[in-house]
Amino acid sequence: MIVFKNILKRKSSREIAKDRLKILLISDRVNCSPEMMEMIKDDIAKVISKYMKIDTKSMEIQITKTGSKGRSLKNPTLYANIPILDINTTK
Amino acid sequence: MSEVIVVTSGKGGVGKTTTTANVGTGLAAMGKKVILIDTDIGLRNLDVVMGLENRIVYNLVDVVEGNCRIKQAIIRDKRYPTLFLLPSAQTRDKSAVNPSQMVKMIGHLKDQFDYIILDCPAGIEQGFQNAIAAADRALVVTTPEVSAIRDADRIIGLLEANEIHKIDLVINRIRYDMIKRGDMMSSEDVVDILSLPLIGMVPDDENVVIATNQGEPLVGSNTMAGKAYQNICHRVLGREVPFLDLEKGVSFWTRVSGIFHWS
Repeated sequence: MIVFKNILKRKSSREIAKDRLKILLISDRVNCSPEMMEMIKDDIAKVISKYMKIDTKSMEIQITKTGSKGRSLKNPTLYANIPILDINTTK
Repeated sequence: MSEVIVVTSGKGGVGKTTTTANVGTGLAAMGKKVILIDTDIGLRNLDVVMGLENRIVYNLVDVVEGNCRIKQAIIRDKRYPTLFLLPSAQTRDKSAVNPSQMVKMIGHLKDQFDYIILDCPAGIEQGFQNAIAAADRALVVTTPEVSAIRDADRIIGLLEANEIHKIDLVINRIRYDMIKRGDMMSSEDVVDILSLPLIGMVPDDENVVIATNQGEPLVGSNTMAGKAYQNICHRVLGREVPFLDLEKGVSFWTRVSGIFHWS
């Protein structure tokens, strides 16, 4: 934790502002709280677990804009990165 | 063909009224016929920034309510014969006008002016809805601060939801000395976050305060902000103008103040 704080200190306030805004605006734009994201993540994990063994601890999901150009608010995309431990579907 | 431009920001105090006054004055100085409309009912300020506060007889609400003809409420600027102002009402509130009344009124002005520029109030409530109702395009004003950028992002979303897709970004109050030492987001950072085309970068220039004190827009004057606003006007007209080298201006002034400090 102390190491983490030291890293933060070395960051310029400009970088801190930029990083904070990027995270803030993603949740502002999709109107989706971090708690809700956590719930979505848990539900996805439950569904996928029915069919294959996944690493629920290191899985991550995020909502991003599609493409880097333009704001494309109309097409936000949910990205899920789910490491599969065992793909053997026939149980 | 007239173009209706709304100057908006979400957050208050970032420079909407100053931008409206300077862009309007600049376009008029370039020979365009321009009317500025203050839509901030209850908190009118565009008249004082333009130095026209003593000439007001009727206002926007009088026009909408039919207390006067639209021509009676419009004030001619004291410097440019092609520049006009329709002032807001000071003693009423935002609910005195609705969006369809604004659309109707602006419809009457469209054939008389090249540019109709609306100064939008802060916030996202009725005043904002009134201001954007008839707009063809928007200038979103922001400063390189977290709060202003967040509000700008929200405003951009609302503009797009209201089918206004021609949106340009004005970044105001840029301090190059702070950017240089890593304590302020650069215009590239802001553009990267908001993903909007940049139409102007205005430095934090004390001449803006002086000009507002005097009620004289500084567009076109030999100041950094005056030049920046002049360039915005060119870009509004569709001309390609390179962005000012803000470093040059700031370092010059830093040098000048440095001399005074040492002596």
